Amino acid sequence: MRATGQNAIAQAAITGDALPRSLSEYGFFAGSPDKPDASLISYSLRNPLFSDYAEKARFIHLPEGAEIRIGSDGRIDFPVGTALIKSFGYLRRNGDLDTLETRVLLHRADGWIALPYVWNAERSDAVLKVAGTRIPVTFDDPSGESHSISYGVPNKNQCKQCHSRDGALSPIGPVWPDMEFERESDRERLADRASFPKNGLYAKARWDDPSEPLAERAGAYLYANCAHCHSRSGAASNSGLFYDEPVGDHPASGYLKRPVAAGRGSGAFDFIIEPGHPERSILLYRMHSLDPGVAMPEIGRATVHKEGMTLLTHWIAEMEPASQR
Amino acid sequence: MSRMNFGWLAAASAIVIAQPLAAKTVEVAAGEGGQERLQEALILAEAGDEVVLGAGRFALTDGLSLDIDGVTLRGAGMDETVLDFTGQQGSGEGLLVTSDNVTLRDFALENPKGDGVKSKGADNIVYHRIRVTWTGGPDANNGAYGIYPVESTGVLVNGSKVSGASDAGIYVGQSRDITVRNSIVEANVAGIEIENSRNALVENNIATRNTGGLLVFDLPNLPVMGGGNVVLRRNLVVDNDTPNFAPPGNIVASVRRGTGILVMANDGVLVEGNVLENNPTAHVMVIAYAQKFDDPNYNPYARNVVVADNIFGRGGDDPQLDGKEMLLAAFGGALPPVLWDGIAEGDTGLRVAEGVAGWTLNLTSPGQDIATAQPGPLAVPAPDGAFALESVGAPAELESRIK
Repeated sequence: MRATGQNAIAQAAITGDALPRSLSEYGFFAGSPDKPDASLISYSLRNPLFSDYAEKARFIHLPEGAEIRIGSDGRIDFPVGTALIKSFGYLRRNGDLDTLETRVLLHRADGWIALPYVWNAERSDAVLKVAGTRIPVTFDDPSGESHSISYGVPNKNQCKQCHSRDGALSPIGPVWPDMEFERESDRERLADRASFPKNGLYAKARWDDPSEPLAERAGAYLYANCAHCHSRSGAASNSGLFYDEPVGDHPASGYLKRPVAAGRGSGAFDFIIEPGHPERSILLYRMHSLDPGVAMPEIGRATVHKEGMTLLTHWIAEMEPASQR
Repeated sequence: MSRMNFGWLAAASAIVIAQPLAAKTVEVAAGEGGQERLQEALILAEAGDEVVLGAGRFALTDGLSLDIDGVTLRGAGMDETVLDFTGQQGSGEGLLVTSDNVTLRDFALENPKGDGVKSKGADNIVYHRIRVTWTGGPDANNGAYGIYPVESTGVLVNGSKVSGASDAGIYVGQSRDITVRNSIVEANVAGIEIENSRNALVENNIATRNTGGLLVFDLPNLPVMGGGNVVLRRNLVVDNDTPNFAPPGNIVASVRRGTGILVMANDGVLVEGNVLENNPTAHVMVIAYAQKFDDPNYNPYARNVVVADNIFGRGGDDPQLDGKEMLLAAFGGALPPVLWDGIAEGDTGLRVAEGVAGWTLNLTSPGQDIATAQPGPLAVPAPDGAFALESVGAPAELESRIK
């Protein structure tokens, strides 16, 4: 079905009421996760969410004639009919990407909806798994360490847990200054349809760029990995710990903040961040744990992000210890 | 055979007619594939639907979640339908509810890795005959909260049962218009905790073998503060003598073993008609928040707390307090039932019914070093005026769902 003249995308599958059972019903991919439709805009992020070292491929489908608005905070306001598509996979030892699952965010008339699709063994199509699933995966991380994990594909509700703002589902990643485009033509295709805010937009530090200041890298990391829940309008609004705001030496950033509902997640420590003492900071204790009652983030992590841990450990270690309060 | 089929069809259509228009009942049996079948039913449910869990055990590998308004999730009974999270691999709780007007009833959760049931931003929720059990008994490795409504308006917890929570069995946080009633909390660190919440009625519960029975707290640096207008009445608060097993760092880790009722930093709390027996540190403790805090909007004082008539049995005879021997000797072998830190904001301090004995640490400011306490007998005014009882509790509509 060709709803629009130029491409293979089935617009009705995006905007209809149904939950398409197969990814192929949208026409985003031509029978393989490696063959995205030419109309899709490919992008990546300066500071991606850590997802068990999975590689991700991100695409935007805009409906015919769409105009997008970039807000003063850089977030992109997409029109109804937009689809955001994100594939997850691991590099095979020969260097090819093996895609396991593709998640779609569809902007329908009554709001965004998130649906997870899992690719079949032949990688010819993916089927809807509203209830999520687990997939055994073995891979090597960038340091060469091998991992065998039970990779979690989130269920539809878990998608919303992270993508929730004031109870409504919304995209997280597409923030204009944080987006990068391998093909300049992709940037242009998006920019040509965009209205930009009057204020300037600046990009956050790259979390893994050693030439950037440590605190800015840490802030960027916390923003990318925590702020979708840890915001006043997110799933962790009751925690009082907020990483969508500038990080500083105040309790809302975790600085000398006592745990509230952490339970055994506190690890017997007193503060989320104890300046000068990464070994006693609950933030790192929870990032280092794989126990579901302790681990942060709560969803989508079955390995420790060693490089992220190292960054935040250095950051907290370099803080001046506070007089014991 | 054809007659049997016909009979089955007739019965099925009768059920359909008996339901409100559009609402349907979805049955989920225990057994193979329970995780995906149950989660799928919770996702595909529509407003007004009832998801019915069969009797038996559901062996679950991940947390469950419900995000559809107006759904009832019903089991075959708190001892018949068990959601078993012993093998849980992901999620911070057993069941997460994020939609309004949900009713949860007649099932159990066992051994969730984190919290039991968390309902967040889920207004008008009913928990009826829900059981959450950590089957190994008190252990710092148990999850924090059994029943955990937070950021919600309209909460009714009725006929439920929680044991083994390493923080609070039933914890209501940052919420309003709350009733916790007819429930049993046993062998948790805190039995029932009302935190940063307003208009709460806690009545007719049994709190036993916890470290502390009933707690009413307000804590700093949270989006919702100003907790108060809380009534604790007609509860049985007995034998709360389990050593504190909360992971250090959490606020409840500071609760002394043997505390019956603890009120900390709240405004307007009535303690009346409870039966308190064998709480070895104190039957009732009223204190200010003692830790340093950085929050200009937070009030650390316990204000307008009233201890009216209650039945006080044996207690205060093995307090977990520094200088225990000296204190016991000074008070003739057992501390009086009411312990106050003495810290009052103006004249809004504690009031105690005539004839109820107490003692005070005679501290004067929040955070003051307890080593500077000057223990002495309690001399505070009697209650004046009635408590606005009609202002506490869950909306009537919630009550009507379990009639």
